[in-house]
Amino acid sequence: MSSAAYTRTTAEPAWILPSRGRVGMFSLIGAECAIFTIFVVAYIFYIGKSVAGPTPRDVLELPIFSTICLLSSSLTIHLAVGALRRASMSAFGLWWFVTMALGTIFLVSTGREWHHLIYDKGLTVSTNLFGTTYYSLVGLHAFHVTVGLLLIALAMIFTLFGKVEPEHSERAEVFSLYWHFVDVVWVIVFTVVYVIGR
Amino acid sequence: MSSETIALSTVGPDARPIGERLHDWIVTVDHKKLGILYILYALFFLVVAGIEAIIMRIQLIVPHNHFVSPQIFNRMMTMHGTTMIFFMVMPILFGFGTYLIPLMIGARDMAFPRLNAFSFWMTAFGGLLLYFSFIGGNGLYGAGTAPDVGWWAYAPLTARAFSPGHSTDFWTLALLASGVGSIGAGVNFIATILCMRCPGMTLGKMPLLAWLNLVVGGMVIFCISPLTAAQIMLCIDRYLGGHFFDTQAGGSAVLWMHFFWIFGHPEVYILVVPAFAFVSEIVPVFSRKPIFGYPIMVAATIAIGFISFSVWAHHMFTVGMSSYGNSFFVFTTVAIAVPTGIKIFNWLGTMWGGKIQLRVPMLFCIGFLFQFLIAGLTGIMLGTAPFNWQLSGSYFVVAHFHYVIVGGIVFALFGAFYYWYPKMSGRMYNETLGKWHFWLFIIGFHLTFDFMHIPGILGMPRRIYTYEPGRGWEIWNLIVTIGAFFQAAGILVFVVNLLWSLRKGEPAGNDPWDAWTLEWSTSSPPPDYDFAVTPVVRSRRPLWDLKHPEDPDWKYE
Amino acid sequence: MVIELPCHAPEGRKGGADGDSRLPRNIGQREMHRSAQTRALLGRVAGVAVLLAAGLLAASLCLASPSDPTQIPNIFKPQSTPAHSIFHLSMLILAITGAIFAVVFSLLAYSVAKFRKRANDDDREPAQVYGSNQIELAWTVIPILIVLVLFLATARVIRSIQDAPQPPGAIEVTAIGHQFWWEFRYPALGVVTANELHVPVSNPANSTPTFLTLLSADTDHSFWVPRLAGKTDLIPNHPNHTWIDPQEAGLYIGQCAQYCGTQHAKMLLRVYVDSPEQFKQWVEEQKKPAVSTDAVAEGRRIFETTACVNCHAVAGTVANGRFGPDLTHLMSRDTIASGAASNSEENLRAWIQSPDSFKPGSLMPAMQLTDHDLDALTAYLVTLR
Repeated sequence: MSSAAYTRTTAEPAWILPSRGRVGMFSLIGAECAIFTIFVVAYIFYIGKSVAGPTPRDVLELPIFSTICLLSSSLTIHLAVGALRRASMSAFGLWWFVTMALGTIFLVSTGREWHHLIYDKGLTVSTNLFGTTYYSLVGLHAFHVTVGLLLIALAMIFTLFGKVEPEHSERAEVFSLYWHFVDVVWVIVFTVVYVIGR
Repeated sequence: MSSETIALSTVGPDARPIGERLHDWIVTVDHKKLGILYILYALFFLVVAGIEAIIMRIQLIVPHNHFVSPQIFNRMMTMHGTTMIFFMVMPILFGFGTYLIPLMIGARDMAFPRLNAFSFWMTAFGGLLLYFSFIGGNGLYGAGTAPDVGWWAYAPLTARAFSPGHSTDFWTLALLASGVGSIGAGVNFIATILCMRCPGMTLGKMPLLAWLNLVVGGMVIFCISPLTAAQIMLCIDRYLGGHFFDTQAGGSAVLWMHFFWIFGHPEVYILVVPAFAFVSEIVPVFSRKPIFGYPIMVAATIAIGFISFSVWAHHMFTVGMSSYGNSFFVFTTVAIAVPTGIKIFNWLGTMWGGKIQLRVPMLFCIGFLFQFLIAGLTGIMLGTAPFNWQLSGSYFVVAHFHYVIVGGIVFALFGAFYYWYPKMSGRMYNETLGKWHFWLFIIGFHLTFDFMHIPGILGMPRRIYTYEPGRGWEIWNLIVTIGAFFQAAGILVFVVNLLWSLRKGEPAGNDPWDAWTLEWSTSSPPPDYDFAVTPVVRSRRPLWDLKHPEDPDWKYE
Repeated sequence: MVIELPCHAPEGRKGGADGDSRLPRNIGQREMHRSAQTRALLGRVAGVAVLLAAGLLAASLCLASPSDPTQIPNIFKPQSTPAHSIFHLSMLILAITGAIFAVVFSLLAYSVAKFRKRANDDDREPAQVYGSNQIELAWTVIPILIVLVLFLATARVIRSIQDAPQPPGAIEVTAIGHQFWWEFRYPALGVVTANELHVPVSNPANSTPTFLTLLSADTDHSFWVPRLAGKTDLIPNHPNHTWIDPQEAGLYIGQCAQYCGTQHAKMLLRVYVDSPEQFKQWVEEQKKPAVSTDAVAEGRRIFETTACVNCHAVAGTVANGRFGPDLTHLMSRDTIASGAASNSEENLRAWIQSPDSFKPGSLMPAMQLTDHDLDALTAYLVTLR
């Protein structure tokens, strides 16, 4: 192997580039934002345009409790990641578990709301434009919560087996970015569906 | 104290048994192998979609022809467009990017190698799913086989009522799958370019190919997602009884158009910006000068990236938007001509005062410049709404976008093939065959796509399986079809060249073109690990600095 | 030989100083020789020649008049105000883009010719120029100005066509797009017809333009008669509007310009521009209900008792179907199946027996009638003038 080289005499500043995980996650979040934007635009466009069937005012109730749970889970995951960075594993495990619990409460709550809407109020995805756009938008969000919860559960299992180390805190933080994104989307969905649209 | 080193590498041939080598290709996460897989996959679909085009052109060679039925023609029309865009041009550009970006920024692989493999296999799966529709599309209703709704799949034609069977679903699901792959590739490009550059390579010192692929990555992130969203909505309509695009229930067909073109327009810039990247690398080397106006080229590309998200409704001038809406989109559409024109001028400025070597890669780039100029100008014609009201939906538009995609992008791609073939294979291609390819293809291209503008002007709409005699369209359709065969001949010569040169081409050495970017410091083909020692660079042309230590770039940049 | 640039950027400098160390020359450069360069140049010239020929042919097309000029729907032969406005705008745009092409192509051709590597070249690198701020500014500002001119000219024409007020004498037509035929209703005149649109000629003194409301019964379509106006789409649940004021009587052809399904290609359009008297007479005829004689009573019975009446209407009878074209004055039209065949008794019979022979994939089912019934039915239909 031949090589050609020459040296310089000045000192070189340290070569620091952004972290791959963070850049990758932000890019993914960007893509997801675009998907959600299209669903939100469709929702807003079709407000008031249903030809028949129940309207939002008739059937929607503000999901205050589940919202508080979901938004708090952002705080708890933040605390969990901080604990992991500080290497306090039991605190990490605790906050991680609380996050999982809060997310699960949110999902169960959504499920109960949908059960009520379908069986008691007669609103399904095929009822009218409101039904279609409502279940699609809230459902897309719930799908993202589900995926996040599955990953949290996986990490929980690894924690219980003692496999999670402080050096994984970067990965946990990258994941928490996703979780914060899911919460921000919920704020927007809540505002559009339950506040503006009603 | 640090030392700047660019080590030149050599590597011997792979002596492992064939089974092991094939297995390696299937499970690989190496960016070079995945790049080549993307490219080979795309070349296969180039031939398949090319055959679909030839079938259409034979049907249209004379009026009232009976070569294929309208049902088959409409499937060919849909599959040709869908295949060429999603399973030919996009994979081949991702392939070149995946192969070249790490090599050009001094990295050993992409930021997420396994995501890279996942993206490729998702795209591959999407293509196979789409083509499975030919056998499996007959759903419960006995209607179907391949999708026939056009590659843009306007609602409500795609509703269950108007497209029974599963043909449309194959379209939707295949593109959903490959869309996931594309988004993965976009994420990978961004993360690689931002996070994996070798020491000394600041953003202002990256090769233009890296910059342009960074912009492409950003565009992919925001552009593919609207299509994914719209297709999810279409699935909900078709399978769950949703009403997103159900006009009977108050839904809006125009909403699909908006969503589709919010994807569709940035998509064509995603297709063309990598072609710009190839030209920006090849033209300087064969003009023996650095690219003229590097900072402006970067700024113009970023501007194109942003503006491209604001022009989408120029595909919808005829749907009945208000005069204000139409005027807005005219404005943004003609505005995007400014940064695009700047890029053309900068390429000319690169050639000006140089010593132009008319090797095959450069021939294709000169063809690109000539044809992209014309394509841009017909684009301006189409961008002015009233003129568009006559020209849209006609063969003029078909001529325009083929001028961009074939005359621009495919020419730049051929240039890239010939330029980097020595690097990827270790062999030089055959120059004579390359020139035959060029001339056959350019003659065929101009026969087909120059004369295709005329039927459009004479009122011939697009997407028709036959046409009426006596409207003055016959002679032009004949010439267009003849040109298609010349192009096919050119492609044949190209494939022969690739295969023949693999065995019989002269060994290329590290740097057959006397070029200046980092990939030419590696062996041809590069070793698995790309760089034994991470290079340290000081300018945009590290190998120029190496070859001209008395006169390095970093003194002048 | 170092080539001097007309304007040197401060960052540029000459290359190729003495004694520069080079890596070994690459393999390919020794192969360059003059004949290849000359061929390349000739090829460029040939390419230009082809393009010029194409341009000339196109121009001659616009000016010459082959076989039957009225049958060529040429957008550059406008006969109505919207088409005229578009034509004038398009001439401006062609002039601007033509000039841009001439300038840039000349620069390209000149660069390739002048700055080619010669056979007797001394292998030194040319001046390494990185850019020039003045040049960049020039070729940014000039395009911006051109773009502004284009935009302003275009915006004016958009307003003049789209926001044109409807004068009191205008004829109102509702066009409803179907898979794969056109329904035309004149609500103020009480006329319903299909596929062939009749409008009066309009002149500045006596302005009788036709204003169309465009609707769709199923998928997207587009109304395009190139010599009369630009196209406008027919989209379900999204009414659109367009207008034409043809200034010369005659037949203008067009067809659907938005892919609407299998037989999109044969959804043809015929616009008959009549003199005011002819138009008045046509309206009078169309308003009359169908008259039939006893001679075709059997055919009429077949028509009214089979599935025909599910889709078709004949005014003055029990037939009131809306899915297919109104047949009250079927024989007043020149074509059937939306232009797919000329309107003769033979074609009519063949169409009813097997629509797929004219238009495979059209939504008219083959009626499965016996030959005798088919003859009787056809005999009845040809009386519907």
